[in-house]
Amino acid sequence: MFLHGFLNSLLEGAGVTLSVALASLAMAMALGLLGAIAKLSKFRFARGLAYLYTTLIRGVPDLVLMLLIFYGGQVAVNEIALRLGHEEYIDINPYVAGVLTIGFIFGAYLTEAFRGAFLAVPPGQREAGLAFGLSGWQIAWRITLPQMFRHALPGLSNNWLVLIKSTAIVSVIGLSDLMTRGQQAAGSTREPFVFYLAVALIYLSFTSVSELIFNWLEKRFSIGVRKGTL
Amino acid sequence: MNLEAIQENLPLYLSGALATFELLVISLLLGLLIAVPLGVLRSLRGSWISRVIWVYTYVFRGTPMLVQLFLIYYGLAQFEAVRESFAWPWLSSAWFCACLSFVLNTGAYTTEIIAGSIRALPAGEIEAAKSLGMSRWVMFRRIVLPSALRRSLPAYSNEAIFMLHGTSLASIVTIMDLTGAARQVNSTYYIPFEAFITAAVFYFLMTLSLVALFHKAEARWLKPLMPR
Repeated sequence: MFLHGFLNSLLEGAGVTLSVALASLAMAMALGLLGAIAKLSKFRFARGLAYLYTTLIRGVPDLVLMLLIFYGGQVAVNEIALRLGHEEYIDINPYVAGVLTIGFIFGAYLTEAFRGAFLAVPPGQREAGLAFGLSGWQIAWRITLPQMFRHALPGLSNNWLVLIKSTAIVSVIGLSDLMTRGQQAAGSTREPFVFYLAVALIYLSFTSVSELIFNWLEKRFSIGVRKGTL
Repeated sequence: MNLEAIQENLPLYLSGALATFELLVISLLLGLLIAVPLGVLRSLRGSWISRVIWVYTYVFRGTPMLVQLFLIYYGLAQFEAVRESFAWPWLSSAWFCACLSFVLNTGAYTTEIIAGSIRALPAGEIEAAKSLGMSRWVMFRRIVLPSALRRSLPAYSNEAIFMLHGTSLASIVTIMDLTGAARQVNSTYYIPFEAFITAAVFYFLMTLSLVALFHKAEARWLKPLMPR
C-alpha cells in the first residue's frame, strides 16, 4: 500500500503545519507593521523599544526562543495562576506556544522589511493626502499602505518562505505537525527514508506554490509601474 | 532565580559554545568550498549543468534543514547497503550527519548568492577583461571571482548568521551544543528561564561577533569597490 496508509496522517500534519504558519504570519505582519511604525515614529521610547526587539530577536536561534517561551511560559503561567489562587496545573498548548514564538520572531524580520517599504513611498504622496485634507488614518489606509505593500512584497515573500520552513521546529515541543507525523510513521514502519522524503516533498510543494503565488502578486501589484529598460 | 545552577554548569555551557562554534566553522568553510565552483557553474546561463545545480539548490532551499538532517541521520539507516558500507561509521555518527546536512544546506544558499552576484557583475568589468585578451579561466580567477565574492559579502553575512542559529538543530539529534547544554540544565533543575536565557546570551554574543567580523570584512574588501 502507498506509504503504508500513512498518507492521510501526513496530510493532516501538513494541514497543522500550514495553519501554524498562516497564524504566525498574521501575528508577524501585525507585529511587523507596529514595529515599523515604532521605528519611524518621532517618539524616542518607541524607536528604542523597536530597536531592542529587532536586535534581540534576530540574535537568538528560533529553537532557543521557542524552548524559552514553551517551558518558561509554562512556569510563568503556573506561578501567576498559583498567586491568583488557582490550584490545578495548567499545560501550555504547544500550538499556541508555537504560533506565539514564530509570530514573535518573524515580526522582528518583517519590521525591517516594512520599514524599508514605508521609506520607499515618496513623501509627496503623503503630502498630497494632507493637502486634500485627509486624516492621518485615511492617508495610511488609502495612500501609504497600498503603495507600501508593493515594496514590502519581496521581503514578505522571502520571510514567508523562511517562516514556513521554521515551523518544522514546533515538532520539538510536541505539536502534531507534518514533521511529527513523519517521525511517527517512520518509527512504526521502520522506513525513515521514505517518510522523511515524503515530508520533504510536501514542504517543497508548499514553498513552490508559495513562490508562484508571490510571483503572481508581485505582477499584480506592479501593474502601472514604469520600469526603465537598458 | 537559580543562578547557582547556571554557575555550576558554566563549563557545560562553554563546551556547548565550543561545539556550536565548531559546527558553524565546519559548515561555513566546507559550504563555501562547494559553493564557489557550484556558483560559477550555476551562473553560466542556459547550460545543462546550471540546471542540474538549480535542482540541488531548489530542493535544499525549499525544505526545512531539520528534515534534511533527519533524512540523512535517521533516513539513510533504512538501507542495508548503507549500514554495511564503508561510510557507515560516519553516517551513524550524529556529528558527521549534522555537519553533512549543514554543509549541504548552507552550500545551496551560498551557491545561489555567488551565482547571483556573478550574474549582476557590471558588464564593463567583463568586457574590460575580454578586451585585454584574458582567457576564460584567467578572467574568472582575476576579475570575476574577486569582484563577485566581495559583492556577495552582505548577503553572505546574513547566511552565516542564519547558519549560526541553524546549528541549534544539532541539539535535536543529541549533540551537546549550546542549545543541548541549555536543554540538559533545564531538564535537570527545571529552570527554563535561567537555562535558555543563558544560552540566548551566548548566541547573542556570537551573533554580534559575527556581525562585527563581517563589518570589518566589508570595510576591507567591499567598500573600495563602491561608488563614493
